[in-house]
Amino acid sequence: MSGLQIVVCGSLVPDPLQTLEPATTPTGPGLKNELMLPAVLDPWAGHALYEAANLAKSHPGTKVYLVSVGPKAKLQQLMMNIAQKVPFELVAVDASASGFTDPFEVASALAGAIEKIPGLDRSRLLLFGGCSSASRDAGVTLQLVGEKLGITDQFLGVDELQLQGDGSFKVYERIEGGQYQVSTCQSAPAVLGWATGKLPIPPNNPQVGMQNMRAIMPALQKAAAVKVGAEGVTYDKVEVPNQRRETQIKKDLSVDEIARELVEWIRN
Amino acid sequence: MSTDTSTKAPTLQTLPGDDVRQIMWRFAERYDLQMVVQSARGVARGPVARLVAAGGRNSHEWTEGKNDLLSSFDESGITALFMDPEDGGYIEGPKNLALALTAFELAWVDAGSATSSLASNLALAPIHERGTPEQRHYYMSRCVPPKPGENRKTWRGSFALTEPLPYVGVDTSVLSGRVRIADWKEGSEPTIQVEKRGRFITGMGFANFVTAAVESDDPRIKGSCMVILEETDEGIYDRGVPTKKLVHQLSSTRDPIFNMKVPAHRIIGGYTIKDGVIVPNFSHGEVIEAVFRRTRTTVGLMTSAKLLSAVEPVIRYQRSRFRGGANATPGTPRFDQGLQQKEDALHRLIDIWATGEASASLGFATARLFDDFDTIEKRKDAYCTEHGLKGRAQLRAFQKVQAEAMELIRLESATRGTTPDSKTMGRIEELRSNTLVQYMVTDSLAQVLCPATKLWNTGYGATTMREAVSLMGGYGITEDCPGFLGHKWMDAQLEATYEGPEAVQRRQLSVTMTNELFLEQFKLWTTEMRKTASQYPGTGACTLATAMDTWSWTLDHLQNAKDANGKALYHGQRHGVAFAMADALCWLLASRQQILDTLELREKGAQNPVLAENLDGYVNFFTDLCHVQAARAAGEVGRVCAELVYGYNRHPSWNDPEATEECYKADVFDALEEAVAGIGSCARGQCDVIECDGSHSEKAGPCVKAFAIEAFAKRRMKLDGCLTGARLAKDRAAQAVAQVMIPEALDYPV
Repeated sequence: MSGLQIVVCGSLVPDPLQTLEPATTPTGPGLKNELMLPAVLDPWAGHALYEAANLAKSHPGTKVYLVSVGPKAKLQQLMMNIAQKVPFELVAVDASASGFTDPFEVASALAGAIEKIPGLDRSRLLLFGGCSSASRDAGVTLQLVGEKLGITDQFLGVDELQLQGDGSFKVYERIEGGQYQVSTCQSAPAVLGWATGKLPIPPNNPQVGMQNMRAIMPALQKAAAVKVGAEGVTYDKVEVPNQRRETQIKKDLSVDEIARELVEWIRN
Repeated sequence: MSTDTSTKAPTLQTLPGDDVRQIMWRFAERYDLQMVVQSARGVARGPVARLVAAGGRNSHEWTEGKNDLLSSFDESGITALFMDPEDGGYIEGPKNLALALTAFELAWVDAGSATSSLASNLALAPIHERGTPEQRHYYMSRCVPPKPGENRKTWRGSFALTEPLPYVGVDTSVLSGRVRIADWKEGSEPTIQVEKRGRFITGMGFANFVTAAVESDDPRIKGSCMVILEETDEGIYDRGVPTKKLVHQLSSTRDPIFNMKVPAHRIIGGYTIKDGVIVPNFSHGEVIEAVFRRTRTTVGLMTSAKLLSAVEPVIRYQRSRFRGGANATPGTPRFDQGLQQKEDALHRLIDIWATGEASASLGFATARLFDDFDTIEKRKDAYCTEHGLKGRAQLRAFQKVQAEAMELIRLESATRGTTPDSKTMGRIEELRSNTLVQYMVTDSLAQVLCPATKLWNTGYGATTMREAVSLMGGYGITEDCPGFLGHKWMDAQLEATYEGPEAVQRRQLSVTMTNELFLEQFKLWTTEMRKTASQYPGTGACTLATAMDTWSWTLDHLQNAKDANGKALYHGQRHGVAFAMADALCWLLASRQQILDTLELREKGAQNPVLAENLDGYVNFFTDLCHVQAARAAGEVGRVCAELVYGYNRHPSWNDPEATEECYKADVFDALEEAVAGIGSCARGQCDVIECDGSHSEKAGPCVKAFAIEAFAKRRMKLDGCLTGARLAKDRAAQAVAQVMIPEALDYPV
């Protein structure tokens, strides 16, 4: 298969190393100082982007788009890093990137933006994204985007995509126990929600970035403002998952004893 | 879930991020530079940090791990950054700010890696600044990493300028290398024999070529020059033994030996043959001056990065200091705030932060100035070539436009922020279009700001870095101290020495800071600071203006005054005076630029929607830091100036009739005692009195009466008064640091 059009959905999340403290803001739940926290590309979406770029490199004529919903100024800052990693064209939607937005609204904004990409050929479209998100893991946004675009072949937890010569492709989806479910899809369009993939994060290269930025800056300037939120949704409680560290050092423990402890820990 | 109260208290909420820095250091509109920053950061906090954490510094050898960093520099565009686009680079125009930002990012983690990345640039710089077009293109294009499809290796270079062995340094007046004619057949190009032993030569472990400074050892070669040696040239290209340096261990330094034959066209900048003698177009001193005046700024910024990088680890350490101990249970101040309950811990951290801000502001301002200066200098060179102006003729041409340069400075200052009438504007435009005038004005600043950055950022920076280490207790001097602060402290000492130690910078400053074009600008800056103070009183700008005025008065006084022995106070060899004034000036320049950067944030920050929400918090905090630093600078300037103004006068002696003549005589008071009861005892408490038996109070001599320098005494008194409020600012800044939100963990090594 050659000349694919890969649309990657992905936006920014606060840098996970930052202190992420839930707070009530005038617009609902949020994170304390969220706008001021440094942001990174959602790691799951990042894997999808790097896989897309890798496919594009080995399949001439393939074009990669990154469709991002987020505050324009934060997206611009993010692009200074991400745009250096791989070649892509940005489609920006100026809206909240909060983890407390409703996935349906975000999906609508993404689908709307994708539909407006000039010359997008759906018969060659692979819709990529993360199977999950580092901001708040509803885990349904990508599927909703696919549905809105009428793409029903959907694969989640993907770690590998092998393009075949006849236009079909083989997909490796994660299942329980470290196993993969391998499917063959006859042709695009399809939705692929990536797990980690198999590629390392590409190094930054300002030369790649300079190329990308020629189109990215205009894209940011003309990014349409869209309202995405969670109107009508009430959050009773918001909290960061508890971190548990109960490290014990025990020497000469038998395998059975270790297994027993593990089972006990899981049960509790 | 807590309620976000960040909007209620406009103080620092989070550590300043890229949005803030881009505005303060004026590259918010340069996405090419923003990407360079991200790219360098990725390398610094990734491979560099991991190598340091893995103990990569614990060897003098150029190891595989260190060598891998070169590939990281290549992949991330750091190597090609120095080159012009026609040679394979990707940034048009001057690159001083770009290189400064890169060095800053790398030095945030480890300055040795920054040095390593810059070493090749340093080797190329003589070729870039003074090389022939052919030399420039040949070497620059080979030092760019290969593009996809190209099959070649990246060339890397070293820069060799060494004083006589075994010492290490860059005194351009003392050279150890020699060059002579090896072969010169009539009608063909001469071959030259170059002998050079290097010491502490950076990048020598892997350099494919060396730019070496040598002096003629042959009457058929005039003076000195710089020569390019390639590893494949005929002769000895011995990389030598690793230098046993204690710092910057991620850079390769060796003591090489060269004895090579090379064609004469390797002389940097080319040569002309006059009466059978090879006359290099540029002496080694001319080449090096053009190089160091740019690269020294970058070194200065390495220390700034260290100071600012220390803030987060120190805060985290202070807060978590007691956690895990028996008396620190969650929810208690001891657990939550740790050492930050103590004012001293906070105040000392504020000092470090303020110094870091000031030095970064000064360094980046200098780098930006050199970006402007590069363009102006090129125009000046073209003009001089066109008009045949060289040597003394060039100097005379500059002297002719001195008055016009002064006029431009005054007109620009008088019209700043106003709309001048058309006649004035016309005159300004006319002066600006005069290449020599523009050059003189910019050069007068560059000649001060570059050595000031190098001197103050590294010298005082190293001292302040020690404070940062000490704030971490014993943890600070362990290898696994977060932020590698112990390493950074040691590294700072090398930065104070690299490319010219402190004495060299002081020497340069002591000359350039007396340039009347600079002094005129400095005077106008003083007025501007006063105006700034009237609008933003909390910045410390008024304190600084008073200190600037005191410094100016003192310099003027010293240039005209003599010491107790009748010797002139201010001249080149009187380092006790000139160097001290140079030191004092640096404090002022750094503090001024810090204030200007904070004003820039105040003005431009509102345009950034991300910052708008907490702009007041950032501005208030940075304003307090400015005030703290301005007060510190004022204190330093006051101390230095007072020492110099008073210190060279002989103290009045009880044996000196002239001095005792000024004292009151006791019998005068005795006579008045009946009319004014108690006048005698009152006077004895206030002034010097000689008793009837000739005795006097027990002290060195009568107190100094400084009628001649009364103007200084008034300034000094005013300066002390101008410190009012500075400690309140420090308290506010300390409170902000005690509550600022920091990340859960340091982002390196990861």
